Amino acid sequence: MKNSKRSSGDSTAPRIGVFVCNCGINIAGFVDTKEVAEYAKTLPNVVFVRENLYSCSEAGIRDIKQAIIENKLERVVVAACTPRTHEPTFRAACEEAGVNPYYFEFVNIREHCSWVHKDSRDDATEKAKDLIRMGVARAAYLEPMEPIIGDVTKKALVIGGGVSGMTAALELGSRGFDVVLVEKDKALGGLLRALDEIYPWGNKASTYLKQLVESTKTNTHIEVLTSTEVTDVTGYVGNYDVKLSTLEEPIRVGVIIVATGAVPLVPEGAYGYDARSKISMYELEVMLKQGKSPGKRVVMIGCAGVRSNERLYCSRICCMTAIKNALLLRKRYKAQVTVLYRDLMCYGTRNEEILAEAKKAGVRFINFSDEEPPLVEKEAVKVKGAILGREISLPYDKVVLTSALSPAPTNESLSRMLKVPLDEYGFFLEAHVKLRPLDFATDGIFVCGTSRWPATITECLEQSIGAASRASTFLATGSAKVEPIVSVIDPEKCRGCGLCVAVCPYGGIELVETDQGIKARTIEVACKGCGTCGATCYRGAITMRHYTNEQLVAQIKAAFAKV
Amino acid sequence: MEPRAAVIGGGIGGIQAALDLAEMGIEVLLVEKQPSIGGVMAQLDKTFPTNDCSI
Repeated sequence: MKNSKRSSGDSTAPRIGVFVCNCGINIAGFVDTKEVAEYAKTLPNVVFVRENLYSCSEAGIRDIKQAIIENKLERVVVAACTPRTHEPTFRAACEEAGVNPYYFEFVNIREHCSWVHKDSRDDATEKAKDLIRMGVARAAYLEPMEPIIGDVTKKALVIGGGVSGMTAALELGSRGFDVVLVEKDKALGGLLRALDEIYPWGNKASTYLKQLVESTKTNTHIEVLTSTEVTDVTGYVGNYDVKLSTLEEPIRVGVIIVATGAVPLVPEGAYGYDARSKISMYELEVMLKQGKSPGKRVVMIGCAGVRSNERLYCSRICCMTAIKNALLLRKRYKAQVTVLYRDLMCYGTRNEEILAEAKKAGVRFINFSDEEPPLVEKEAVKVKGAILGREISLPYDKVVLTSALSPAPTNESLSRMLKVPLDEYGFFLEAHVKLRPLDFATDGIFVCGTSRWPATITECLEQSIGAASRASTFLATGSAKVEPIVSVIDPEKCRGCGLCVAVCPYGGIELVETDQGIKARTIEVACKGCGTCGATCYRGAITMRHYTNEQLVAQIKAAFAKV
Repeated sequence: MEPRAAVIGGGIGGIQAALDLAEMGIEVLLVEKQPSIGGVMAQLDKTFPTNDCSI
């Protein structure tokens, strides 16, 4: 094969350039990068080596591109951080300098060397050398590839008809894309249906909801299916086939938005909860909506059932809900309200004002410590005020437990159908908490609203508009570009047993009838290149592009052979 | 009419908006008053909660 020779004397040997990143002090502080760079010069086929302060910076990238052109580099090895964030950056740099992006090899000397071997500079340096030697060995065998382009069905599925789902559907509908909105309940609206007033502006939830439902139902691009559940999902980005409980035929959509919401936690076992004199915040909302007063003396207790034991997370919205309702009870019923809290989260520009307003209106706030939680007795709540340092007794008509939102029980089955992950608590888990907050790792599936994490209505709206925007990137162009790192099946060796089809977690292989009998075939758009099929095939018929046996063997040999 | 958009501000918000628009096939003009894009985030080292390098 051209350009994949080993000895540096050979005229057809690929010209490899190695860039060693200091990452400021992140790498250079614990690895002798100078020594590593010197060592890289001695490796086969390496014709150029450069140390960069920050390879990923604008200057670093410019430097790499210039070096590629000036030294006619054919392969590029960057020894820096994790491919997760910067592989696309360096691949793009290669492409811009005229080198196929798949001629790029990433070596991680930050996570794998400097960060884990902070105490031993010598060992970290030696390990960095080993990893670069392996990377250079593999680089010689890399092959050029082009991205795979697949068609996208210009139709979206939104799962969940609450405020998030309706907003996402409307956003897509207003852009002219057809949407199927499914809701498992009889009516649209989700949690909003039970709410009275919405903070921070005190709007009536019912008025807002009525408008939202009306717009959704009258939008000609949106088909609403209520009392409907998703029962099966197959396919891949651009072409998902979804079975719904109320339709006989599956529907085909290009993208899917998950907006299934959360459920209010019933605080069983917390502070003597009995749904009568000790109720949850959600139950208070329902009462307020029905115009019922909870009584003159109300004690609210924060963080009921969360931020401890099995639910370590903070549900974020509960503090503001409590403050909003305390103020509302004060104004509407002249009730005496005491809010007992562990911490108060009033983030944002308007929320702190509401807290000040509530204090001014006479709502009492008493801080208690985690170690000495309030004691709810028959007539009164006893609490040791952390600031006062003494016990206070608060007679009550109603105790309201400010409880959290918890993940919907249906998340688990849906996550299995969609092949997307849940976090440790059962909320849907995005691809990257900062860089891809509304995407799933699976292409063409997005998440928004409280199915991802407890969120305010404002946040739900932001996320649903964002998710719709992300989904539009596929719908607008009608095509999906995916990584060409996929499995390759040798039809000569394949016997069509179907083991690979059974183990593929992405539905990326199908069995097809050919002149030579039944053979497995890769659906390239669906394949993620995980390699499970390759490891399973007893005929050795399946190899992975970009991770060929030749490439891996070269890397392994280099690992054990010092040069 | 050729669809074109202007994004004012080249910090993390502006960059992501410009990228999403570009991926929809819309030509974007990203305007930043500083000599380079990146905004406040470009000045950070590692960012919470994942401790990724921020650039």
